[in-house]
Amino acid sequence: MSVHDAGTERLTDATAGTGFRTGRPDGPDTSRGAGGGRRRRRRGGRGEQPVVPDATFTSYYGRPVVKPSPWEADIPAYLFFGGVAGGSSLLAAGADLTGRPSLRRVARIGALGAISVSFAALVHDLGRPRRFVNMLRVAKPSSPMSVGTWILTLYGPFAGVAGAAELTGNALRRGWLPQRLRPVARLLHAAGRPAGMVAAGTGPAVAAYTAVLLADTATPSWHEAYRELPFVFVGSAGAAAGGLGLLAAHGGDTGPATRLAVAGTALEMLAEQRMERSMGLTAEPLHQGTAGRLMRASKVLGVLGAAGAAVSAAVPQLGRWLRRPAGAALLASSVCTRFGVFEAGQASARDPKYTVVPQRERLERSGRATT
Amino acid sequence: MTLTTGGVPPVRAGVAAAVPDGAPVRTADPDDPARKSGWDGAPRRKGFFTDTSICIGCKACEVACKEWNGVPEDGLDLLGTSYDNTGGLGASTWRHVAFIEQPAAPARPAVDLGMPARHRGSAGPGADRTGDTAGASTGPAERTDFRWLMSSDVCKHCTHAACLDVCPTGSLFRTEFGTVVVQDDICNGCGYCVPACPYGVIERRVEEHGPKNVGIAQKCTLCYDRLEVGRTPACAQACPTASIQFGDVEELRERAAARLATLHDQGVAEARLYGDDPDDGVGGAGAFFLLLDEPEVYGFPPDPVVTTRDLPAMWRRAGVAAVTLLAGAAASFLGRRR
Ligand code: SF4
Ligand code: SF4
Repeated sequence: MSVHDAGTERLTDATAGTGFRTGRPDGPDTSRGAGGGRRRRRRGGRGEQPVVPDATFTSYYGRPVVKPSPWEADIPAYLFFGGVAGGSSLLAAGADLTGRPSLRRVARIGALGAISVSFAALVHDLGRPRRFVNMLRVAKPSSPMSVGTWILTLYGPFAGVAGAAELTGNALRRGWLPQRLRPVARLLHAAGRPAGMVAAGTGPAVAAYTAVLLADTATPSWHEAYRELPFVFVGSAGAAAGGLGLLAAHGGDTGPATRLAVAGTALEMLAEQRMERSMGLTAEPLHQGTAGRLMRASKVLGVLGAAGAAVSAAVPQLGRWLRRPAGAALLASSVCTRFGVFEAGQASARDPKYTVVPQRERLERSGRATT
Repeated sequence: MTLTTGGVPPVRAGVAAAVPDGAPVRTADPDDPARKSGWDGAPRRKGFFTDTSICIGCKACEVACKEWNGVPEDGLDLLGTSYDNTGGLGASTWRHVAFIEQPAAPARPAVDLGMPARHRGSAGPGADRTGDTAGASTGPAERTDFRWLMSSDVCKHCTHAACLDVCPTGSLFRTEFGTVVVQDDICNGCGYCVPACPYGVIERRVEEHGPKNVGIAQKCTLCYDRLEVGRTPACAQACPTASIQFGDVEELRERAAARLATLHDQGVAEARLYGDDPDDGVGGAGAFFLLLDEPEVYGFPPDPVVTTRDLPAMWRRAGVAAVTLLAGAAASFLGRRR
């Protein structure tokens, strides 16, 4: 790529990030080839030294190359609740098998609630919600959304039965149910454990597939994250499910929730660090603007939550006070991770830099560049 | 540079290459996308070769497309960047003519001239917003030669189409002509195709554009209805310079190579083809281009890759992550009971 240093330099200093975005007609000082396209020097930010090697790039009047997804808050919410559901089904099954009734109860009802909200968010996000069923007319391995829909279709009913068993079980035992409903409740109760096991078997898929959903796009900061994003998301799911357990289960039952939350937070943070290194330039949006604030909040809340959970387990006297705030912090951290990753991707699609520069570099590395 | 018109095919490209009624020419190519999608005895793959070197920016294609396909108005904006006020492809823009004004020679750095020139930085931000063409604000002494680039963009009808791969309803499908088309009555507006397209072509229509197909993904159909009756797509039919050429992709590729050779012979060294290579990241586009500058100058991605190429690796990673979560949860129930 031809770079005309002097011209570029001035353009950079005067216009990077400012005039560029106002869509001003080309000034006389644009370097050749800048065209509608202008070459912009990549910088770490105003007044900072470049954090990455210098590169310039051209675009069509600063317009995006790829389109950001039309998705709104529904989708990151869907990612979060899917994670809570998947993780909770695991905790519920474990609690069921090891005799921790309050954890089982919280996790089963939590999974049912979360998957319901998650499903509602998915449908609500559609341009034509009534046509949701069209998702079920095909099964396409090449479409993560199709695969995900089928995973949900498998997981949902089982998580639902386990949750319903929990909701009706109490009423049944206390004889609150009318005679007519008792057989149904007894059936649900009997089905609770096997259904919970199937939900636990499919729950991890619910938590992990959403990373592929985002990564299988041309959105730079999602696609380039594909290697580690599944680990970030399952870590976040574990932390959130653990957080829910800490928030609502009886203190005596929360040991596994604590361990899952701490391990999940650790996995999420390690994977996130590695992810940023492997993403190159496209990691930048994770540090800027709304996405940057969310990702920082996620880290702070995650560390506080995990530390609070660990202290609660070690010092039961403190745990009585600390457990619930720690659980809430862990859930909030997971929300921030999902919204942060989502927003970073949207921002990366809006700025042509993240599409053009990595592709240009790839071309030059492979010797396919034309100039 | 002067625009060269040499090498334009003598006959109106589209008309000559159209499939005659009832007698489609069948393809034997085993890699043909229509064949691979299960079409038996499909006609030859159809596409566009857009030769931007002879585009005059008249936008007849944009208008013809809107007229034929009933594409609603998508806003009357003045973008303030060039003579292009459409901006880019979208749900209600299926042909888009890019217009680029750039200096034809390297601009001399103003600092070296020692002139009291008005340039960015000296008069503060925003001072040059009055809108100057190349050199206009600085007088003849600094006036540079400039050139206009014009290019009519369209859906690439990729051989490996990400939009089609990721569509969870099967609304997007491969036609017998090897093109990629949305079925309006099946799309549920999930929007997945939108971020999947490496060229930013397809988009979900919003309410402001009118009541038709709101919430549904929309893009160029390569005039599927016209192709079925052996007609040329509306844009190619309307193009007065044959910048948009319609025909069999195989034949168009040859034509493009010949046109490139002609331009190179005439000294237009910056001419290059974009999207014609079957070995590129999308397996070659059904609609490809002859450009006079880097692709990104026109708003094209320089090295597009179909995102699903990495999908097997993504599923593997997600599988390992899911197992990790399962194992981690199981492990959290081990150990001391509390
Ligand atoms: S250019 Fe985009 S919308 Fe057109 S076929 Fe390729 S992926 Fe699909
Ligand atoms: S928006 Fe429509 S065409 Fe696009 S992927 Fe979803 S269902 Fe398919």
